[in-house]
Amino acid sequence: MARFTRRALLGGGVAALGAAGLGAVGGGTAVASRIPEPIGARTVEIHGAHQAGIDTSAQSFASFVALDLADGIDRDGLVGIMRVWAEDARRLTTGMPALGDTEPELAVDPARLTVTVGYGPAVFDAAGLTDLRPAWLKPLPAFPIDRLEERWSGGDLLLQVCADDPVTVSHAVRTLTRSVRSLATVRWIQRGFRRAAGTRPDGTTMRNLMGQVDGTVNPVPHSPDFDRQVWNPGDPPWMAGGTSLVLRRIRMELDTWDELDRPARELAVGRRLSNGAPLTGSEEYDDADFEATDRFGIPVIPPESHVARARPRTGDEQFLRRGYNYDDQDGVGLLFAAYQVDVERQFVPVQQRLAEHDALNPWITPIGSAVFLLPPGFGPDGYPGDVLLGV
Amino acid sequence: MKKTLLCTASVAVATALFATACGSETTTTSADAVVVADAWVKASDTGMTGAFAEIENTGSDDVHIVGASSPSSASTELHEMVSAEGTSMVMQEMGDGLVVPAGTTHTLAPGGDHLMLMDLAEPLRPGSTVSFTLEFADGSTEEFTAQVRDFAGAQEEYVPADGAAHDG
Repeated sequence: MARFTRRALLGGGVAALGAAGLGAVGGGTAVASRIPEPIGARTVEIHGAHQAGIDTSAQSFASFVALDLADGIDRDGLVGIMRVWAEDARRLTTGMPALGDTEPELAVDPARLTVTVGYGPAVFDAAGLTDLRPAWLKPLPAFPIDRLEERWSGGDLLLQVCADDPVTVSHAVRTLTRSVRSLATVRWIQRGFRRAAGTRPDGTTMRNLMGQVDGTVNPVPHSPDFDRQVWNPGDPPWMAGGTSLVLRRIRMELDTWDELDRPARELAVGRRLSNGAPLTGSEEYDDADFEATDRFGIPVIPPESHVARARPRTGDEQFLRRGYNYDDQDGVGLLFAAYQVDVERQFVPVQQRLAEHDALNPWITPIGSAVFLLPPGFGPDGYPGDVLLGV
Repeated sequence: MKKTLLCTASVAVATALFATACGSETTTTSADAVVVADAWVKASDTGMTGAFAEIENTGSDDVHIVGASSPSSASTELHEMVSAEGTSMVMQEMGDGLVVPAGTTHTLAPGGDHLMLMDLAEPLRPGSTVSFTLEFADGSTEEFTAQVRDFAGAQEEYVPADGAAHDG
């Protein structure tokens, strides 16, 4: 078995990382448990200043669906898709069948269903609004660790469908995609899961399939940090309340990860596997002390560890992570989903730093990548992106 | 063709006539009693296409739908499904319109009764809205709107009065 000591990990001569101001190391308290109600009956309000499914407590199952627009589709066609999706979402998220639902019985358990719509770069061209497309709405720069596959990358439109029941998710995806199939076709579907609802208390940080507690440092919904990191304040005005999504399909090389013993695994990440505590602390939400050293003067949290490389170097480099595990015939990994106001300012510097060096890199491979703009929320008579498309 | 203004005037006249004729009694028209919900239309570029909805009669009298119209089509018919010679069901116009008994809901759905837009004035694409007017035997009319959606089914054959089959 390969053994890694802190000395061995430091042998690569990585320059000492400056102690730049860090900003709040996030950390929130777990959401208080609710009074129990049937999991299938729970609903999430989808109207409001923001689309649902972003500050919503992560449901157990998710399907991220990318679609390609039909040739020659114009702004009217785009608005048509949005109106159908808004109507489908209104019904399905409240446990009602969709219009013309051929499987109405599958709609009866909304199970906190949310439907979140995203725009790829092509939407702005199709709408005749190329000038309004934000500069960050484009594929990420190429990173040396990438092994991107077209079949998991790109897309003109996104549907992020989440619920605590996988049948609910499946029915919603079928409904949403078939009701507009003459205007948009499915490009890829990435399905993911967390613990089944009710298995762990609501708000428990998820574990990924390497067994790591994944998502501890994360802005808390409705906090000033969350608002600042995630919600566009209105620059430009039609984006007020919207955000962006970076979706990366990260394959885990578990056969070789299996060769690492537990201490080596913890050094690669910088957190304990037992409870997600930083190596300098004892509880999950303890602040990591990146300056702490052992009696030999060696940092307790290796500078190349994942948490040390990922931590923000400026107040900008923070964003919401709301990922899902995947496990299918192609392998096992993480649907890494990051939400931020500005992809280039907040996400790219962190991804760049991790790509340059991250002790975890030998065992993780990005095989898909897509960037979407998530329009602001909408009202009972509106649809996602109505302020932009304005019809 | 648009009949909206004419229909609105008809409702006003009908209501006034009933109020005068019945003295101190207030009578609801068929339109007053009917609630149309969950309306949708199958997307189509040309030709004919089906429209579907739930028609609820909340009143204490039966209502009799005798016709329908829409700006989106040169003509609109009420259709029912009947067995054809051989195996499959085909659709044909309801000869006597549609009666919705008091306190019941009649479902217009693929494979069953439905409205047929017989000759589309323009392509109907997903997400657009189609307006309809139902005409009742008592002269009242009810307007409603329906969302257009792609739909794989509702491809029944249509048999007009002359007996020749057409695809819906």
